[in-house]
Amino acid sequence: MSSTNLRYVSRKRTVREDKRFVTGKGKFVQDVALPGTLHVAVVQSPYPRAEILSIDATEALAMKGVRAVLTGDEIAAHCDAIRFGLKLPEVKWYPLAVGQARYAGEWVCAVVADSPYIAEDAAELVEVDYEPLDPVIDPEEAFEETERLVHPGNGSNVLYHGHFHWGTVDEDFAAADETLKFRVRWGRSSTVPIETFGALARWDEGTEILDVWASIQMPNFVELLSSTLRIPLNSVRLNQDVDVGGSYGVKRGIKHSVLVGYLARKLKRPVRLIEDRLVNMTSGDAHGPDRIFDTEVAFNKDGEIRSLKIRALDDAGAYPGRAPFQLAKPISAIVGPYTINSVKYEAISVVTNKTGQVPVRGFGQSPTNYMVESAVEKVARHLGMDRIEVRRRNLIPADAFPYRIPSGSDYDSGDYQTVLQKALDAADYDNLVRRRDAARAEGRLAGIGIATCLEPGGGNNIFEYLMNPSAEITTFSEGAELRVDPDGLITGVVGTTTSGQGHETLVATIIGEELEMDPDEIRVVHADSLNSPITRSPVASRMAIMLGSSTAAAAQKVKAKVMAIAAHNLGKPVEDLEYAEGTVFEKGDPANKLSWKEICFIAHKAYHKMPEGMEPGLQAQHVFQVPGGGQLPDEHQRVQIYPCFSFQAHVPYVEIDPKTGHVSVLDYVIGHDCGTQINPDIVRGMVIGGLAHGIGAALYEKFQYRPDGQFLSATFADYLMPSVYEIPMVKDVEHCTPSPLTSHGQKGSGEGGYLGAPAAIASAVNDALAPLGHCIDELPMRSHLIEALINDGNTNA
Amino acid sequence: MSTLEITVSVNGNSYTETVEPRVTLVDFLRDKLALTGTHIGCEHGVCGACSVLLDGVPIRSCLMLAVQADGREVTTVEGLTQEDGTPGILQDAFRDAHAMQCGYCIPGMLIASEALLRDNPDPTLDDIREAIGGNICRCTGYVQIIEAIQLAAERLREANR
Repeated sequence: MSSTNLRYVSRKRTVREDKRFVTGKGKFVQDVALPGTLHVAVVQSPYPRAEILSIDATEALAMKGVRAVLTGDEIAAHCDAIRFGLKLPEVKWYPLAVGQARYAGEWVCAVVADSPYIAEDAAELVEVDYEPLDPVIDPEEAFEETERLVHPGNGSNVLYHGHFHWGTVDEDFAAADETLKFRVRWGRSSTVPIETFGALARWDEGTEILDVWASIQMPNFVELLSSTLRIPLNSVRLNQDVDVGGSYGVKRGIKHSVLVGYLARKLKRPVRLIEDRLVNMTSGDAHGPDRIFDTEVAFNKDGEIRSLKIRALDDAGAYPGRAPFQLAKPISAIVGPYTINSVKYEAISVVTNKTGQVPVRGFGQSPTNYMVESAVEKVARHLGMDRIEVRRRNLIPADAFPYRIPSGSDYDSGDYQTVLQKALDAADYDNLVRRRDAARAEGRLAGIGIATCLEPGGGNNIFEYLMNPSAEITTFSEGAELRVDPDGLITGVVGTTTSGQGHETLVATIIGEELEMDPDEIRVVHADSLNSPITRSPVASRMAIMLGSSTAAAAQKVKAKVMAIAAHNLGKPVEDLEYAEGTVFEKGDPANKLSWKEICFIAHKAYHKMPEGMEPGLQAQHVFQVPGGGQLPDEHQRVQIYPCFSFQAHVPYVEIDPKTGHVSVLDYVIGHDCGTQINPDIVRGMVIGGLAHGIGAALYEKFQYRPDGQFLSATFADYLMPSVYEIPMVKDVEHCTPSPLTSHGQKGSGEGGYLGAPAAIASAVNDALAPLGHCIDELPMRSHLIEALINDGNTNA
Repeated sequence: MSTLEITVSVNGNSYTETVEPRVTLVDFLRDKLALTGTHIGCEHGVCGACSVLLDGVPIRSCLMLAVQADGREVTTVEGLTQEDGTPGILQDAFRDAHAMQCGYCIPGMLIASEALLRDNPDPTLDDIREAIGGNICRCTGYVQIIEAIQLAAERLREANR
C-alpha cells in the first residue's frame, strides 16, 4: 500500500495514551482502590526442594489486623490445578506449594491482613517445618535423572521431548562439502517490567460475579481462572481498563489471580496482591528461557548452508507454565531468513528446582535466532569468508515470496537483501571497518556485529497441537467493535489490556483511515471481558496484524451500512454514490447528499427512513481469522503457525576494555521492515526498546543460581538491566514490504529488536575477540567471563 | 503502632496528616494523598520510578520515610502540570517525542529531567545521560527519552527568551 494514499496510517501522529502517562494519570492496578480491601503477603520456601512437614500460623493469626492464613493444602482442596497446555496430570501447579516446595522462594502460605505492612509482619511469624531434599538444578542432569524428580508422579523430569524432521536432511548432509558441530547456550533472563505483577479480586455476592483487576497480558486468563476456581466462565469479569506497566510477555499472573480470587470469595472482601520486587524476582512470573543448543550445520565451500540438525534442551524451572511451547514457536522460522533446505529439530523441555519459566518477548524465538546466527558466523569463520557474504549467499531472494520453509511456514513478503544493504549503508560499513581496524592497530579490542532476524507475528497457536495433539486449536482470532452514537461520534471497543503497545492509537488511526474521520475525535475503550469482543490478548506481535485488520473490517461494515442508508434516502444506487469524510453524495449531482450526522440520526432514530428490514443503529463487530490458519499440520508436522514475517538487520559496533572485560556498545544501526507502519513513533520505540532489551540479554542479564539451588539475582543490583549508559543513540533505517495478508500491509514490530540484538552483540563481541583467537558461545557475555577469557584463556572465572 | 503528625508541602499544597513512622514517603503520597502518579518499581532505590523532588532535589521516595519529609517541600509528577491541569512544556515534549510505551517509569524520568532542566537550559548528551542514569526504562531503550529532553530544553529556551 502506498503511504501517499493514506491520511492517518503511517503518519507521524501523537500517541494518545501518552497524555495520561506524562500527567501522572495512568491507571495501573495499584491505583485501583476498593473500600475494605485486604492485602496479601506470601511466606516463601528458603529451600529449593523440601518436604513441608508442618505449618503453624498461630502467632500470625493472633496479630491484630490479620484476617487469614492460607495454605497449599486448603487451596488444593478447593481449586483445580492450573492447566498449562500439556497432558501431564501428575505435574500439578497450584498458587501455593502442596506437600513439597520445588524452588527457593516458592510460595508456601498466603497471609491476609488489613494492610500490606501488617501482612508482611505476620508472614514472618508463620512457622514452617521443612525437610530439605537434594535438588536438581542442572537441566542436563535433570533430563537423565531418575531419583531427584521435581514432580515424582510424572516419572521423570521431562515435560516434553519431540522430534521433527522436515525435508531431506540425511541426503543434504551427505551431499554437503562440509559440516560443523557446535554448542551455544542462552542464559536465564527475562523481560523484567518496572511494574511488578498485581491483582485485585472482588466477589460480588449479589450478581455472583468475580471482578478482577490485574496487570496481565495473557491469553486464556479468564478461562484458566474460571476452570481453576471451579466457577462458570461467565462468572469471571476481567476489568481491562487498567494500564499494564510493561510486560513483553511475562505478565501472566494466573497463580496470583487464582489466589486472590479464592480469598475474595472465601473472605467476602476485596483481596489484593501486589508483588514487591523480591517476590517478583524470586517467585513471580519473572524468568525466561534457559536453553542449550547442540547444532550441526551442513554447508558447501561457497558458503551455501544446506541443512541443520538442532537439539534444544530448555530448563522450564519447577512448573511449566507456557515454557515448553517456547520451543515450538521457533518452528515457524526455524531456518531464519535463509534458504536452508532441510532441518531436524529435537526439542526437550525439563523441570528443575528453579523458578518457573514464563513467556518472554518472541516466545523462544530470540534464543533460536541466536543459534541460527551463530551457525552462520561459524560457517563464515570456518570457510574464511566474509560474514555478510555468507548471509547474502543464503538470504531468501526478494522474488521468491511467498516462500515456504521446510517446517511449513509460508513467509508472506520481504526484501531481505535490501534491508541488509540499507543497514550497512546507514552504518557506513566500509568506514566502520576502517574504524575497527584503526582501533585494533592502537591495541584496542574492537568488533562489528552482523545479525539478521525474522519476527513471526500474529500466530494461530497451532504449535500447541504440535506438542499436544489433544489440543485441536487452529485459530487465535481477534475481534473489534465499532459503535457510532446518535450524535455521530465513534467509539472503538477492544477486549484487552494494553502494556505500552498503543492499542488505542492503533484502533483510532485505523478507524479514522477507513471512515476518513479525525482519529483524535474517536474514543477507544477497553471493555471488560464480559462485554468485549473476542480477544486472545496482545501476545505474539499480533495486534497491528489482528486487531488492526479486525478494526478495519468492522469500519468497512459500518461504512457499507452508511452507504445503504444514504442510497435509500438519496434515491440512487450505491454505485452512483461517493463517500467523503462521512458525507455521501451523488457522483453526478454533489448537491444531492446526506451528512454523516443526518445518516447517524436516521440509523438510530428515524426508522421510517431506513431501508426495509434493516437493523436499527450503527455499529459493527468483526472477528479476524488468522490468515493461513485453520489447518492441522500435515503428516510431516508441517504447518503455517504465523502469517506475517517482519525482518531486521542489526549492525552494532563495540569495543572491549581488556582489563575489565567491559563491553561498550558505541554505535548501533538497525534496518527493519515490518510492512506498513500504523504509527511510526510507536514502531520506532518498540524496535529500539526491543533492541535495548536484547543488549541486556546479551551482556548483563542473568537469573543466577548457585549449584545448590539458591537464587542469587533477586534485586536490581544483582540482575542488571541496561541503563541509559549502556544503550547508544541507535540509528534506525526503515524499509516497507507490505504484507498481502493484512488490512493495510502491516506486520508485527514489538519483538524484532529483541530477536536480533543478542545475536548481533554476540557477533560483535566475537569479532572483537577474534584477533585473540577466542569465541564465546554463551549469553550473557558478562564482563568477568570476557576478562577471564582475555587474560586466562578460559571463561572459568 | 504509634503515630506521628507531619506537615508536608506537596505540589504547593500543605497537608497535615497522621502517619506511622515506618510508612515510606511513596506510600504516603500514594495512599494518604491519592497522588498515584508516583510509581513503585523496586523499593530498593535502583530503578528510579518513585523519584520526586524534595526541596528541589530528586530523591527516591521508596527509600525515605514520610516523617522525614515533615516540614519540607515535595514535587511529584502531578506538580509538573500547568495550573489548569494541562501538560507542561517538559511533559508535552515527552508526548511529542513518544518518549514512553507503558508509561510506568515516566513520572520518575520526568522528575529527573525537570531537575536537570531547572539548572541546565542547554544540556549536552552526557548531561542528559547523567541526569537519567539512575532511572531504568524497560520499554524505550532511552533514545526517544533523550530526544524528548533535548526537545524540552529547546522549547524552554525558546519560552524564556
